[in-house]
Amino acid sequence: MFHTEDFLKAFKPHRGDAIVVPGRGGKHWVNISDQPDLDLPLGDPAMGGHAAFAFGLALAQPKRKVVLFDSEGDLQMGLGILLTVAEQNPANFYHFVLDNECYATTGGQPVPNAKNVDYAMLAKGAGYPRTHSFTELDAVSAALPEILGKPGPVFVTMKVHADVENKPINERVRWRTRSWVQVVGDLQRKLGIAA
Amino acid sequence: MNDVLKKDELKAHLSPETVLGQLKQHGVTHVVWLPDSETNWLYLLMKAEPSLTLVAVPREGLACPLAAGLTAGGKVPVILVQNTGLMESGDSIRGWLFGFEVPVVFIVGMRGWNRHGPRTADTSPQYTEPFLNAFRINYYMVESDADASRISLAFEEAKKTRHPVAVLVGDEYHGFIR
Repeated sequence: MFHTEDFLKAFKPHRGDAIVVPGRGGKHWVNISDQPDLDLPLGDPAMGGHAAFAFGLALAQPKRKVVLFDSEGDLQMGLGILLTVAEQNPANFYHFVLDNECYATTGGQPVPNAKNVDYAMLAKGAGYPRTHSFTELDAVSAALPEILGKPGPVFVTMKVHADVENKPINERVRWRTRSWVQVVGDLQRKLGIAA
Repeated sequence: MNDVLKKDELKAHLSPETVLGQLKQHGVTHVVWLPDSETNWLYLLMKAEPSLTLVAVPREGLACPLAAGLTAGGKVPVILVQNTGLMESGDSIRGWLFGFEVPVVFIVGMRGWNRHGPRTADTSPQYTEPFLNAFRINYYMVESDADASRISLAFEEAKKTRHPVAVLVGDEYHGFIR
């Protein structure tokens, strides 16, 4: 098990010009990334949709890699998206899951069957051609060139420590500095997409 | 007499070709959908249409973030679902469509609706319009080919307001079942 922030630091040199949807890793990624216009830190628009959003982006921009840092709680809410991704088979979609075994933003309650779910097996069963599971930072760091160097869709699940938050939402430090509309607008300008 | 009735029935149909024509007219690139029995013929047409990519989802709520992602990437999706699936999508509509100002059109099969309105044994149509009103989603009822311009209105309104807009397909009249 390792810290999300450490993994994101290890990922950064391998990013290239990929679009990154940092999911629950967003609060760390905004301080690590040096290409914010290609980042889509979304916070929590509606839980269960990060994978579908990032996958939609990958379909729309097939020539550019889209990297998603999903979470197991979000994925559990929308597991069916694995089937849709596998059917469409987007070669530019890289689906990482930060599995902290709990709902960290609501106080750390365990997700259903937290310690016994094999997410890589679920993805494999849904039809993802490549899947990986990691519990150690060194191992995933060493594998990143191969993971990102081959076509997607690829699914990578990692055990990470939970950053549990217990404060009421209104008392939490806001790490997002741009609204959802601004984030998308910045990306579209960067990619030359007319809004 | 029978011929007259037949002509009237045809007038009352909403043909899949009309819907497909509207999708093409408004530059739709992707149809994010979960089919119901009434839209199967439309499916066959869409599948044969090279300008459209069909993206099937196993639960309708997933269609909203998917459409938001497609729109962020510069594409033009529509969401084609049944009224039951529309209602299933509530929080995703709030967060992903209104939150991201996605100008997407829902095409919604009105399961259980007939010319007398929602008063059928199926409870789903009774809740559909109240649901849309609660979410402040404007909608247009389409029953026949003569109503095709309402589909255009929906696309234009979505683009102008940057909000989702719904087209409700009155089940009893459309010609999707052949």
